[in-house]
Amino acid sequence: MRVNDQGVFDKKAGFKPVTWKRAFDEMEKQFKKSYNELGPTGIGIFGSGQYTIMEGVAAVKLIKAGFRSNNIDPNARHCMASAVVAFMQTFGIDEPAGNYDDVHYTDTVVLWGANMAEMHPVLWSKVTDRKLSDRKNVKVVNLSTFTNRCSNLADLEIIFKPGTDLAILNYIAREIVYNKPESIDWDFVNNNCAFVTGPVDIGYGMRNNSKHPSFDKKEQDTVAKEVSKVISEDEATALSALGVKAGDTMEMKSADAAMKHWVITFEDFKKGLEPYTLDFVAKLAKGKPDESIDDFKAKLSTLANLYIEKGRKVTSFWTMGFNQHIRGSWINEMIYMVHLLLGKQSEPGNSPFSLTGQPSACGTAREVGVFSHRLPSDMVVDNPKHREKTEKLWSLPAGTLNPVMGSHYMKIMRDLEDGKIKFVWVQVNNPWQNSANANHWIKAAREMDNFIVVSEAYPGISAKVADLILPTAMIFEKWGAYGNAERRTQHWRQQVTPYGKAMSDTWQLVEFSKRFTLEDVWKEHKINKDVTLPDVLSKAAEMGYKKTDTLYDVLFANKKAHEYKWPDPVGTGCANTEAAGDKRNVENFKGYGFFIQKYLWEEYRAFGLGDGHDLADFDTYHKVRGLKWPVVDGKETNWRFNSEYDPYAKKANRGKFAFYGKALKELPSGDLKGPQPQTKVDLSNKAKIFLRYYMEPPEMPNTEYPLWLTTGRVLEHWHSGTMTMRVPELYRAVSEALCFINQNDAKKIGAKDGENIWIESRRGKVKARVETRGRNSMPEGLIYVPWFDENVFINKVTLDATCPLSKETDFKKCAVKIYKA
Amino acid sequence: MIKNYRFTILRRLTQITILWLFVMGSVYGLTVLRGNYSANRVLGVLTLADPFAVLQILATGKVVATAALSGAIIVLLFYAALGGRVFCGWVCPMSLITGIGNLLRKAFKITFTYNPANDIRYLILILTLFVSVITQVAAFEWISPIGALHRGLIYEVGYGWMIVASVLVFDVFLVNHGFCGHLCPLGGFYSLIGRGNLVKPYYEHDKCTMCMKCLKVCPERQVLGMVGHNSASVKSGECIQCGQCVEVCADNAITFKSRFS
Amino acid sequence: MTDRRQFLGQAGLMVTLGLLWTNYMIGARAEAMILRPPGGLPERSFQQLCLKCGQCVEACPFDTLRLAAIGDGRPAGTPYFVPREMPCKMCKDIPCTVACPSGALSVEAVSTNGKLDINLAKMGLAVVDRNTCVAYWGLQCDACYRVCPLIDKAITLDLFRNERTGKHAFIAPIVDSGHCTGCGLCERACINDKASIFVLPRQAALGKPSDKYLKGWEDTGIDPKPLPAPAKNKKAAGNALDYLNKGF
Repeated sequence: MRVNDQGVFDKKAGFKPVTWKRAFDEMEKQFKKSYNELGPTGIGIFGSGQYTIMEGVAAVKLIKAGFRSNNIDPNARHCMASAVVAFMQTFGIDEPAGNYDDVHYTDTVVLWGANMAEMHPVLWSKVTDRKLSDRKNVKVVNLSTFTNRCSNLADLEIIFKPGTDLAILNYIAREIVYNKPESIDWDFVNNNCAFVTGPVDIGYGMRNNSKHPSFDKKEQDTVAKEVSKVISEDEATALSALGVKAGDTMEMKSADAAMKHWVITFEDFKKGLEPYTLDFVAKLAKGKPDESIDDFKAKLSTLANLYIEKGRKVTSFWTMGFNQHIRGSWINEMIYMVHLLLGKQSEPGNSPFSLTGQPSACGTAREVGVFSHRLPSDMVVDNPKHREKTEKLWSLPAGTLNPVMGSHYMKIMRDLEDGKIKFVWVQVNNPWQNSANANHWIKAAREMDNFIVVSEAYPGISAKVADLILPTAMIFEKWGAYGNAERRTQHWRQQVTPYGKAMSDTWQLVEFSKRFTLEDVWKEHKINKDVTLPDVLSKAAEMGYKKTDTLYDVLFANKKAHEYKWPDPVGTGCANTEAAGDKRNVENFKGYGFFIQKYLWEEYRAFGLGDGHDLADFDTYHKVRGLKWPVVDGKETNWRFNSEYDPYAKKANRGKFAFYGKALKELPSGDLKGPQPQTKVDLSNKAKIFLRYYMEPPEMPNTEYPLWLTTGRVLEHWHSGTMTMRVPELYRAVSEALCFINQNDAKKIGAKDGENIWIESRRGKVKARVETRGRNSMPEGLIYVPWFDENVFINKVTLDATCPLSKETDFKKCAVKIYKA
Repeated sequence: MIKNYRFTILRRLTQITILWLFVMGSVYGLTVLRGNYSANRVLGVLTLADPFAVLQILATGKVVATAALSGAIIVLLFYAALGGRVFCGWVCPMSLITGIGNLLRKAFKITFTYNPANDIRYLILILTLFVSVITQVAAFEWISPIGALHRGLIYEVGYGWMIVASVLVFDVFLVNHGFCGHLCPLGGFYSLIGRGNLVKPYYEHDKCTMCMKCLKVCPERQVLGMVGHNSASVKSGECIQCGQCVEVCADNAITFKSRFS
Repeated sequence: MTDRRQFLGQAGLMVTLGLLWTNYMIGARAEAMILRPPGGLPERSFQQLCLKCGQCVEACPFDTLRLAAIGDGRPAGTPYFVPREMPCKMCKDIPCTVACPSGALSVEAVSTNGKLDINLAKMGLAVVDRNTCVAYWGLQCDACYRVCPLIDKAITLDLFRNERTGKHAFIAPIVDSGHCTGCGLCERACINDKASIFVLPRQAALGKPSDKYLKGWEDTGIDPKPLPAPAKNKKAAGNALDYLNKGF
């Protein structure tokens, strides 16, 4: 903790070790100060897709039920939010239909912005095995903005300009609809799908005020596009079905209604695709200046034909190339559009598959709902029925939960900058390194009046900007569970005692909850001019809660919890620091006396039962190597929505397929420009085929900033490198982030390999070494800098524009200039 | 007082400056002098090379690249023109080490010394070339204390310090002016090319009071054979041009004189 | 008489010294397992020419090169590098080679048509120990492959199916001796305790095909040499009749 010589907290002082008690005392004081001054919206939690499932439950429960705040958002916002929006909008339920075995059943693997060779190496080895099993027939296509290691195996490599993947997918759809209409699986489409579209004037997820005092003058022209943008020639063509013209100014009127969508006819859908001809798309999308346009056209048409070929099974994989995209939700929806049109969906080998970038982005962040708008099991805070169900399952008085969506990840940062949030707690992630436009947030953390707590095992930049650092137990120092991209949930037992005085995130949350009585938090709170949270203390009294009960008593150590006894046969021979303390005797902690992880699991599991999210009981997972939900009658589900494999689809009794997800299934209908009022279409059991368009990112290279910058990862290092950079062999293998660059671009500034250059955008600059050889081969005009290295702090340079639907930052596109250092 | 040590001070300054420039070149990239005593680059333009090292390489049957060859010729001509062993007296860093040896001898009043012949260095010179021919590697360069000293200062010293230390021990306990005055084949090489000196100590018999201080300080006293006999200049190339005889002579009987005066 | 004795003494001393010296030199000159900077001549010639001036070491911008010290088992004063500690970063302008005054590092060896080309460097050859390389166990690694400056040329991936798991493929590194420059970035990157891919001097790591074998399917432009007379081994020596009549 930052304390002065007298031991008093001082934001300007250096760090000194303090006791857990002293730490919690200060946390309590600072939390209550912000909470009492600003209410439930004055605090924020950066949660994580690396939380164990139980930690996620504990965090959501404490923040949403206890503190009645929705300001909890995970680093998964940076990772999977666009995928989630598309799942919810297309299927009405989150997460992929297929599983990793799709690789073994498919004939075609298409990578869209997924460098699997480095980022999903084990899956990549499966793809390689499939390719080797039938070299002639199995095709691998790599679509990327630069040549990466996947091209090594690929039969076809398509290098496109950043952002033009939107156009390429519409080209494939146009090819299907206009030139090969017989390839449309009309039985499938008519039975199971509906055509829909949404608004385009939705902005870019930036602040809607370019004159905000925090902005440097240089930043303003990019931010101004949040409010209005002049339509370019390319956009005019791409949006011609909407009647816009080049030079028109598009006012971003629907920025707050970006999620809106409505049913359209197939004819309208077809009309929207009309401009995406091979000529237009090839010219727009060709990423390598030195490639001939005819070669590029041939590649695009080969790609379209692979999708279209009757009987050819296609699995599309994507990761951050799609999700971290200024139109990330759109592009996710567009890949489903192609698969759904062709009926290549929810069958072994026919699978549009969203890969995740985190161990438990699915299991924790998404399924538990560690987001500012979510509750467990795909429920959302602004749905009264969902709140009611949650309050019941958590034994809360009706009206406890806050119905107003909280601040998403970037909004928490912006709120800190605006002084609207003054207490932030970071768990299992590194927001100050992983958030774009980092200069702003570092300033906000260090120069504003606020208190930042970081739970950490290996300090990084976030710990450096913190006011209090809590030593935190690691994965096998606690009981836990993760859920991965194929809906597989896996549990583990505590293997070792935590190191030093480290304690788990669950313990930290639960200990903190002891410091609040119901009186402190369940009183009346004004959220905004329309919403005031009611005082629920009298209702609480009716339920048998006393005003002086702590949140610990109510949320964690309640009657139900005490039914889960420790010791438990499932834990024979294993420690459980939370339940029984451990040999270190940290703060004289002797354990809660009950099996808290099992309690949190079983209570959480109740949310999904019968809801298509069924999970098995706690003990089962300790006997198997994970199960893919929904787990019905003890059996996992391999392909969802297909009645052959999925009991829920079978129950729907509509033939082979049923897209039974419940969310967003009642829509108005309309034409391309908007919905008709008072219309309502029921889309139960249907998936949606979206018409979306190509639009330009808000910032593109110009004469002053002539290069595209894209960021990402390397195989050797995990995310912000706080752990992996401390592993000697990994550090030796890759000890710094390099700037991968085309040799012509390097030559233009006279930089040689290994020399330092400055990479500067409107927002900031960093130094990195030039690399023109090696694993990535860049086309002219595009540079790539991985973000793991805090010494090459590339997020000082990136732009914090997001997909307006998912609020996920686009880390892949901004404009920079480079010069020799 | 300073006048009495004017050449010694100047000489040590020159030696130290050159060594310092090499260190600066290696460690900080200063371009005045880069490389070492075997070969180097002056101000980034002129390559110089040790002619004796190049001779050894030629003896192995290899022809060095033009840069080194021309550099060696330049150095050869330079020292031939100056005469005597200016390299040994004014440049070679080992002179600093043997200088320390000399001081130690004086400080501990060590008078014992073997007296091998001075011209043993010529035999060693021949031996060097001979071994170079047989082993096909430049023989002296592999064991040279000059290289070992320089590398030890800048890079890893390894066991190089043992070579330098053995020279010191040899000089202090076994032979006065042992290494430079008797063994070093490089010194022998420069003695041979330094016969026709441009500047040299000149002895005037008339002024001499026979105090014989000059012979006491001279590290190569055989070159002062004329002292006490007749006026003459130092003829031998073995003179290292250190100027100590000039400094020490209270009678101005020995002075530096140009060859043409 | 004394002159003669003295001469004999001196001559004896010289001979003894010469023998000792030669003996030491021959031992020290033995072909050391040592990697030279780019453009280095074959080891024997390199040792002959190198002036030990250290200018290549000074020119190296990455502190890759070092000068051998006396007694560390390498020819003293000559430049070398240890890839596991700091590999050659393959500068395109090859400052070390350019700095060499003696020709021990040959600019011609790393140039085509008078233009420097570091990819021609032959500092050594990377060798994979398949038994300890985890990629050959079926684990995903390729750290060496990904750092290779001549990726897909000097190090390529051998892809073969993993019958043990039935689901995965081996993705394992192989080195092409034609392209490998011996820079050692792979050795540096290897995640094992002791690198399972390591650079050896080319003369130690390279084979040489017999000129009896030609790739008939490749036009090498070389006229097949007339076969040399068969070498005589013990069996071929002597008269056939003698052999037949010799008994058993």
